[in-house]
Formats: sequence, C-alpha cells, structure tokens
Amino acid sequence: MEWIISIVVGGLYAAGFYLLMRRSLVKVVIGLVLLSQAANLLIFTAGGLRSSQAPLVPEGAKVPPEGFADPLPQALILTAIVIGFGVIAFTLALFQVAYKRVGTDDLDQMNSTDT
Amino acid sequence: MFLLVLAGFLVAAIAPGVERVTGRLAGVVLAAAPLTLFAMLLRRAELLEPGGRIEAGGAIRETLHWAPQLGAQLSFRLDGLSLLFALLITGIGGLITLYAGSYLQGHPARGRFFAWLMVFMASMLGLVLADNVISLIVFWELTSISSYFLIGFDHAREAARRAALQALLTTSAGGLAMLAGLVVMAVAGGSWEISELLEQGETLRGHSLYPAMLLLILAGCFTKSAQFPFHYWLPNAMEAPTPVSAYLHSSTMVKAGIYLMARLSPALGGTQLWFAILAIVGGATMVIGAYLAIRQTYLKRILAYSTISALGVLTFLLGLGAAGGEAAAGGAAPVETEIAVYAAQAFTVFLLAHAFYKATLFLIAGSVTHAAGTADVRRLGGLAKAMPLTALAAGLAAFSMAGFPPSFGFLSKELLLEATLKQPSLAILTTAAALLGGILFIVVSGLVAFGPFFGRRQTESPPADASSPTEASPHEVSFPMWIGPLLLGGAGLVCGVLPHGIGEHVVAPAVTAVLGADQLVPIELALWHGFNLPLLLSTIAILTGVGLYVLHPQVSRLLQSGDAAHRFGPEAWYHGGLEGLLAVARWQTGLLQNGSLRAYLRTVLLTAIGLLGWTLLRVDSLPLGIGPWPEKPEEWFYANSYRLAVAGMILLGAVGAVHSGSRLTAIASLGVVGYGVALIYALYGAPDLAMTQFVVETLTVLLFVFVFYYLPNSPRQSTPAHRLRDLLIAVAAGAVMSLLVLVAARVQIDGRISGYFAANSVDVGHGRNVVNVILVDFRALDTLGEITVLAVSALGVLALLKLRPRREKLS
Repeated sequence: MEWIISIVVGGLYAAGFYLLMRRSLVKVVIGLVLLSQAANLLIFTAGGLRSSQAPLVPEGAKVPPEGFADPLPQALILTAIVIGFGVIAFTLALFQVAYKRVGTDDLDQMNSTDT
Repeated sequence: MFLLVLAGFLVAAIAPGVERVTGRLAGVVLAAAPLTLFAMLLRRAELLEPGGRIEAGGAIRETLHWAPQLGAQLSFRLDGLSLLFALLITGIGGLITLYAGSYLQGHPARGRFFAWLMVFMASMLGLVLADNVISLIVFWELTSISSYFLIGFDHAREAARRAALQALLTTSAGGLAMLAGLVVMAVAGGSWEISELLEQGETLRGHSLYPAMLLLILAGCFTKSAQFPFHYWLPNAMEAPTPVSAYLHSSTMVKAGIYLMARLSPALGGTQLWFAILAIVGGATMVIGAYLAIRQTYLKRILAYSTISALGVLTFLLGLGAAGGEAAAGGAAPVETEIAVYAAQAFTVFLLAHAFYKATLFLIAGSVTHAAGTADVRRLGGLAKAMPLTALAAGLAAFSMAGFPPSFGFLSKELLLEATLKQPSLAILTTAAALLGGILFIVVSGLVAFGPFFGRRQTESPPADASSPTEASPHEVSFPMWIGPLLLGGAGLVCGVLPHGIGEHVVAPAVTAVLGADQLVPIELALWHGFNLPLLLSTIAILTGVGLYVLHPQVSRLLQSGDAAHRFGPEAWYHGGLEGLLAVARWQTGLLQNGSLRAYLRTVLLTAIGLLGWTLLRVDSLPLGIGPWPEKPEEWFYANSYRLAVAGMILLGAVGAVHSGSRLTAIASLGVVGYGVALIYALYGAPDLAMTQFVVETLTVLLFVFVFYYLPNSPRQSTPAHRLRDLLIAVAAGAVMSLLVLVAARVQIDGRISGYFAANSVDVGHGRNVVNVILVDFRALDTLGEITVLAVSALGVLALLKLRPRREKLS
C-alpha cells in the first residue's frame, strides 16, 4: 500500500514547498506545518508499513505477538510531532509580534531591520 | 643554515622594538643583523679557508624533519650559486638597512618598515638556501607577501596600494603555476629534494610531461623576474620607498625567478624548448626594457625599466647556456661545452655587476631626490659640486653599467658577447640583440648617473608636481646614505680591475652549480682579452651609445610620440583581466546572492530535485514497491476504500490550505490534513502517534485561529506567471519525494535495534507499551532534550508575547 502513502507524502511536500515560496508570511507558516506532517509520514513509511498490530505486550506475555509494527520509527516520530508543535508555536508568536510591528505580512516589504 | 634563516625572522620580530629604543641610530644597529648573517655565511661556507668544500665546487647540506611523510623537509643546501645569492642578499641588505635608517628618519612607521624588510630578507635567504621543493615554495610565497607590504608601505596613497596589489597578483598567479610545475617535476623525478632532482636531468627531460612542467615553472620565474610580457608590475612597484626599490631590483625578489631558472638549469635546461623560450623571452625583455627605459624622464622609472632589461639579459644568458649540464658532464661537442661555460660565466659576472651598480644607482636616485627635490632628469644637473661623494659613487656605478673598461660591467659585457658570438646558430641575431641592449644601457647610465651630476639642466621650469619642494640648495647626504653606494660602486671597479680573486672564490663555484658539473669548472677572469671581435663590438657599442646619449633630448622627444602602443600593452591586459574578473563576480553575486529568501529556496529546491532525482532514478530494478496490478480491481478497491478515503481527505485538505483565500478556511484545511495523518498512524499500528497527533493538531489549529483571526485577508501577491513557476517546482519536488518514499520502503531495515527494544521492554523497562518504554526508558535522554526544546520554545513565546522592550514601556 506504499504507493498510496507515497502520493500523500508527495502531495504534502508539494503543497508545503509551494506555500514556502509565497510572499505572504501566513502562507509560509502554513507551509511549514504541512512540511512537518510530510516529513513525519515519510519517516513512518520508510520504517515499513508492515502491520496494523501495535507494539504492545499483552498481559502475561514477555514480548509483543508476532508481526507487530516497528516501534523505533514511532518513537522518533512521536518526538518529532511534539518538537514540531513547539516550533510552530514559537513561529506563530514571532509572526504575531512581527505583524504588529511591521503592519504587513508581505515578505517583500520586510526588507529592513528598522520597524 | 636553518638557524641563519630563523635568525632573520627573529630579527624581524624584534625590529620595531629595537627601532623605538635606538631612535636615530636604528639603521646602524639593525644593519648589524644582515651584516652578521653575511659574515656567518662566509664562515659557514669556509670561504677563503684552505680545503673549503664550496670553493672546490661542492655543497653543504642540512636537513630538518618537518613533515617527512609528505616529502616536506626543511632541508638547506649551500653551494656556489646559493652562496652567491645569499651573500648578495645579506650584504646589500645590510647596506640598504643602513641607508633606510637615515632615509626614513622621522617616519612614524619606520619600525614596521624594518620589520617587513627583515622578513623579506629572511624569506629571500630561505629561498636561495632551500633544497626542498616544498620549503622553496613556502619561502617563494613569503617573498611575494612581504614585498606586497613593502611596495604598499605608503598605504595611504592609492597608487602605492594598487602597485602592491598588482605585484602580488602577478607574482602569485605565476607562483601558483610554478607550484603545479614543481610538483609535477618532483613526482616525475621521484624526489622532493632539489639536489636529488638535479641528478635526474635525463629522466626529467625525457618525461612526457616535460613541456608542461617547464612551462609552468617558467611562468612562475617570468612573472617574478618581470620578463616580457609580465614586466609591467616592476615599474609600478617604484611606489615603494627607494631603499626597497634598490633591494628588490638589485639582489632580491626579481632575482628569485632568475635564481630558480639557474638552479634548475642542470635538470631542465639543454633542450630546444628551453633554449627557444629563454632566449626569445630574455632577448625580447632585454631590448624592450632598454627601449622603454630611455623613453622615461624620471630617475626611478628609468632605472626600473633598465632592471627589466638586465633581467632579460640574465634569462637570455641562461637560455644560451642551454647546452648546460649534459654538455659539461661530457659527451657533447667541445664547442657546446665552451658556450655553456661562457654563458654561465657571463651570467654570474653580469649578475654580480648588476647587483652592485643597480643597488648603487637606486640609492643615489633616492639621495638625489632627497637632496635636490626632483627626480626629473631634465631638471637635474651639476650636482657633483654639492654632492661629491654621491657623485663619485654614481660615476663608478655608471661606468660599470655602461660597460666601460676597467669596470666589472665591461668584463661581463665581453663575456656576453663571447657567448653570443660562439653560438653555432643564430650568432648574428643574438649578438645584435646583445649589442643593442648594451648601447641602450650606455644611454641609461648616462641619463641616471652622469647627467644629474656632471651635465647641465635641460630645463629651468619648476617641476610639474608642485607639491615637491623646488631644488633650493642641494647638499651632500649623511654618512649612512653615501657609504653604501660608495662601497657598492667601488666593488664594481675593484672586481673589474682585480677579477682574479672573485673569479676563483665566488664565480667559479657558482658557474659550476649553474652547469651542474660534478667538478669545479676552472674560471679565468681577466679584464684584457686581447684585440678580438668582442672588443671591437664593445668599442662600436660605446661610441654609438655615447652618441645617442648626447642626442637623447631629441631622441626622447621622438620616442614620446609613439605612445599609442602603450594602451594595448600587457598592462592593459592585466587591467582588462582584473575588471573582467570583478564583473563576473558582481554578475554571479547578483544572480545567486540577491538577498531574496524565495530565490534561495528555489535554488535549493531545484538543486535537491536534480541531485536527488538523478540518484533515485539510477537505483535499478523499478518497479518499486507498487506491486502488480490487482486481478480484481473492484475487490481491491473495496478492500482499500478506507485507505483511499483517508488519502483523498489529506490531499483535499492540502489543496484547500494552498488554494483558499480565506485564512480560516486554510486553517480548517490544515486541521483536516492533521487528522488525516493521525488516521494513517492509527491504521498502521501506531496508536500512540495517532493520539499525540490528534491532540497536537487540535492545539495547533486553536493557536492558528488565535493568531490569524485578527488579520485581514490579503489578496494574492504574486503574478500568475510566478505562481505557475513555483507550482511547477513544488510539484517536481513533491514527485521526487514520492519516488523517495517508494525507494525507501523497499530498503530492508536491520531489525536488531527494534527487536532488542521489543524483547526487553517488559523485563528491563517494566512497561507493556514498547514505544512508551523507548521514549521514557531506553532513550530517556532524547526525551529530556525534547522537553528542553519545548521549554525553550515556551519561554520564547512568553518573551515575545508578554515582555516589551523598555523604551516601549516609557512611551
């Protein structure tokens, strides 16, 4: 089923890159969110979409039942999701302050360090 | 010998301090350093002592390990040739330091001047003593750099800065070529030691890369030694203080290229190619330099062009002696051996004579300018009465330069003519060139040394540059400023009258080294060779030269008219090349570094698409993880309908986020994408990810709403053409990423790490959720880092939203 996910990843990347190349800072921030989603999915797919069985150990057993999903990419992505949220929160705060000072979200008009 | 070179650099380090402490006497005190080195060199070489190895045609060698595995050694070798140069460098260096002390009396940066002068001297000394290719290159570049600072010493003036840069660019461009050539030579000859390479002459000359290495090395020598067409930097280097000019021209810097050619002539010389290049370039430089010299009217410029001419003579002689080592070693016809010996002898004697008189004349030019307030030869005359000692030195130097008997210069001219006359082919052409050069030299020596002291002023009008003081009352210069010229000028006479001593002790070992002979080549220098053809030619040259000098005012005017050629000369190429380089730099900076972040992003994306796409397409065995077309598409479709639905939802959300003009719609679309991704996690066995994603996505959407709610909707800001261009780039990048996913999914991942975590999760981590255990137990430090990032981010948000700069609070 990788090809379905691959199209999703490609679509998210394309949308993210396109938005990054806009003049409006609003769109750039949205593009950033889409890019981080795309990257997470990329890692997830690269780790292998083998199983829908979560890596959980049932009561009384020592190891998860055969055919569980790889826990390692999941741990990595979990970290990435949370850190991505921190980055977005900071970016949004920065954006808000910048917008208040400069009065525009057009990147071409933010070409001076004076406010 | 290493200690001698090191001592030079150490003196340079303390020179500014010494200058401050000793004040007026600084020149005298610091001159002691080069003169001490001079004496130590004499001792080290065991000169004038019975059984001295160098006098017998041998060499003294020292090696210091530096980076032996790279072939780089600090090895030094003293033989006849390097001794000759080393003595000139230290001896003339001492006299020049003495002179400079008085010349720059009261100059605020005199200490810095002495420091650079000493660095320059030590580098030059290292260069002529070095026996390792790498150390030679290091010292070579050091001379380029220190001469840059000396020429640009008066750095407040733009002309000085430009001249310094020109000298540096020209000589170091050649130096780079030389570096390549020397490395090729060392690899071809199988050694990094020059003395060993000299033994490999036949191998080197027969090597298929011989023309390449020769041309590259000669490029370095020609730029350094100001051979045509690279001669333009030398006259401009006149911007340097006069003592520096005297030093650069007489015994250092420009002689470095000559030295290297002479040093390598036993290994590389003796071929048709060597003869052709050196004789033609040298001969052209000789004639063109002399011609340009007599067109000038300012003392230092006349001298500068005459130096170019003299360097041409030296190169020319090295070319003539091409029969070189092979011939001397035996096997060649006796005529060729004889020519080689004559040429090497003429080379050595001319080198010495030139060093003596050129240093003298430059120093005198400085004194005259100092005392009379102008450097225009048309406004100088009759200074002999006011400056008798300087005039005496000038007369001696002029005698030698013009080649009048009984000076040392006369001797060198006779030898030069002998060498050209003995050429088996082209004797007439080379002799004519030598004769023409000689005639022009007579004119030059008359202009710079005879006219100002014994002639009459041609014009009484005040100098064109009104800033210089008018010639109020010319006076004799102080002792340190006349002793050097007098000694050097006197040396030219003494060596001419009594050539036997210097011939035996200095010239013969140097000639031996130039020829690369195993045994001392016996030399008999004599002033009087009897009535022969060279003497006749000399007489003709002297008569013609004197005649031309008398007619110089008319000749000079005639020559001035042909000025157009100057604009298309080699110097114009230099400026054209430099401007072209700057234009290319500006153009590419404007193209690549235009300051627009989006342009940078496009560049990065296109590069990544290109490189990544190319690499991915090279991965063989497509099709990727797509699998065969399902046999029953309908069943497959029903089985996967929920997956397709999720994928479609995410893609629709992405399109909405891109396309929507309204901010709130865009944020809602973003939420759709996030929940869709969470569903994928849930479908493929990652409930933890799905839960986290749901929570984070909700928070993100809320944050976006809070921030964007108050913003007005902005219209599209880019033109349709730009949007189309960006869309194409983005879609291409997305396609490459899709391909990456497909390739990555095929890669077999080593499951040992995951297997370890799964197997030990319960026993070691005491948890049943393996992902959780990894995060809080196995990789707990990572999680600590993650928490730190979040904390920093939270602090940043707080600071941005809550804190205000103080000035805003006040207002």
